[in-house]
Amino acid sequence: MTIFNDIGRYLLMIKGMFSKPENGKMYWKELIRQCTEIGFGSLGIVAIISVFIGAVSTIQTAYQLVSPLIPASTIAQIVRDTVILEFAPTLVCIVLAGVAGSRIASELGNMRVSEQIDALEIMGINTKTYLILPKIIAALLMIPLLVVLAMALGIWGGRLAGIASGIISGSIYDKGLLEFFVPFNVIFALIKAYVFAFIISSIPAFYGYYVKGGALEIGRASTKAVVVSCILILFADYILSALLLPT
Amino acid sequence: MIEVKNIEKSFDGKVIIDDVSAVMKNGQCNLIIGSSGSGKTVLMKCMVGLFDPNAGSVLYNGENFTEMTGAHKTQIRKEIGMLFQGSALFDSLTVEQNVMFPLNMFTKDSFRKKLDRVNEVLERVNLIGANKKYPSELSGGMKKRVALARAIVLNPKYLFCDEPNSGLDPQTSLVIDRLIKEITEEYNITTVINTHDMNSVMEIGNYILYMYQGKKEWEGNNKEIIFSKNEKLNDFIFASEFLQDAKDMRMLEEKGKISRQRNMEALLHKDAPILIPPQQKP
Repeated sequence: MTIFNDIGRYLLMIKGMFSKPENGKMYWKELIRQCTEIGFGSLGIVAIISVFIGAVSTIQTAYQLVSPLIPASTIAQIVRDTVILEFAPTLVCIVLAGVAGSRIASELGNMRVSEQIDALEIMGINTKTYLILPKIIAALLMIPLLVVLAMALGIWGGRLAGIASGIISGSIYDKGLLEFFVPFNVIFALIKAYVFAFIISSIPAFYGYYVKGGALEIGRASTKAVVVSCILILFADYILSALLLPT
Repeated sequence: MIEVKNIEKSFDGKVIIDDVSAVMKNGQCNLIIGSSGSGKTVLMKCMVGLFDPNAGSVLYNGENFTEMTGAHKTQIRKEIGMLFQGSALFDSLTVEQNVMFPLNMFTKDSFRKKLDRVNEVLERVNLIGANKKYPSELSGGMKKRVALARAIVLNPKYLFCDEPNSGLDPQTSLVIDRLIKEITEEYNITTVINTHDMNSVMEIGNYILYMYQGKKEWEGNNKEIIFSKNEKLNDFIFASEFLQDAKDMRMLEEKGKISRQRNMEALLHKDAPILIPPQQKP
């Protein structure tokens, strides 16, 4: 029964977000702040992860392609498609669920426990609109950008590792990148990024906003938010792949 | 004026507030007192709309707040200021930004005008020069004063204070109490205070509502409370021997039998002559 109760409250929270802002300027400021926190705050970790994922993909693909009949440029194709289709959107969003998701849950949880949300309510501010909506919009704006960046850095990391280890030359790698390129893959990755961005922002917001108790419960809510977000990301990944990729 | 009519509230089947009614008037400090778990905070949260009561209603100047929705309710809320137990200051904002927050949200005044208003209320709560400090750099008493400044910056008609003295030393508590009383009288605000603090009860209690296990047990003012025969109230308020003595002396003072100065001397100096023999105590 708890799960249905939670789903109901989650949907009511989403519905409650859509009201007229009391002061557009303040909401705009909050949106910019959230864009900075979610976008720039996660830039470093996303860059590091992307480069290494691309690099490892190149080395492991080369390790598995033992036949001399397969051209070396195939390595670049496999790395490109793996990074675009799966690693950049899914893996990066799972990491972002940990980085941005836990921050959202703990920020809102702390505001709830220290009565800051009550203080805003008393002032006549719709706290769902003021505190949650900017986070979701910021995530929808910034996470797809981070995913695009992760694609570029992942492919570049693969090239770097290929050259450094002598597996593949730069020119063959570049040639391979252009072969059999399917533009829909990028669109598919962006669709996933938008869905995951919504999950990463709204689920932790739900757990943070409705936290009860003290510091211990904030920690628990934060952990639960990350775990549920990760599970939902993987589930959505499967559903979207099954629905949108022609097999 | 705020009228509370037959409020009932329960959580998971457990009754927390049971049929409580009260009238809280303008320009006076209305105190809700009672031991921990008696339902004071829940009652206050029902009054400000943070909880929806199971039954009963709360009327602000005759308008039924409980049944209001949307914009109308928001309008009343803009007339409410609240001082929370833990101050509820926004951690990432400075004192100035905290106090300016309601002005930024609800007025279209220039920055200069808003800053002037912020400085005016900070001066009112004796916090000149603390504008650029963050909440983490403030003492408990200072935080309460910043929260009070934020609560009154929009000139509210109603001020709610949830245990304004909790965690403060007696001297700072007195400063906060007097500040609340002065502001209440100066702006003719209807102030509602939840408190355990007996100093507050005696100093500023124009109207006192005593809650016991979710029910209204007694109501009156800070003069009547001394003469009350309600056992539960007496056990709660005058819990220690010292407070009992204080009560006895305040009774004599109220009856005009001794002066306030004499009263204090007797209380503070144990070797002072006994005022009246114990058997003659009223």
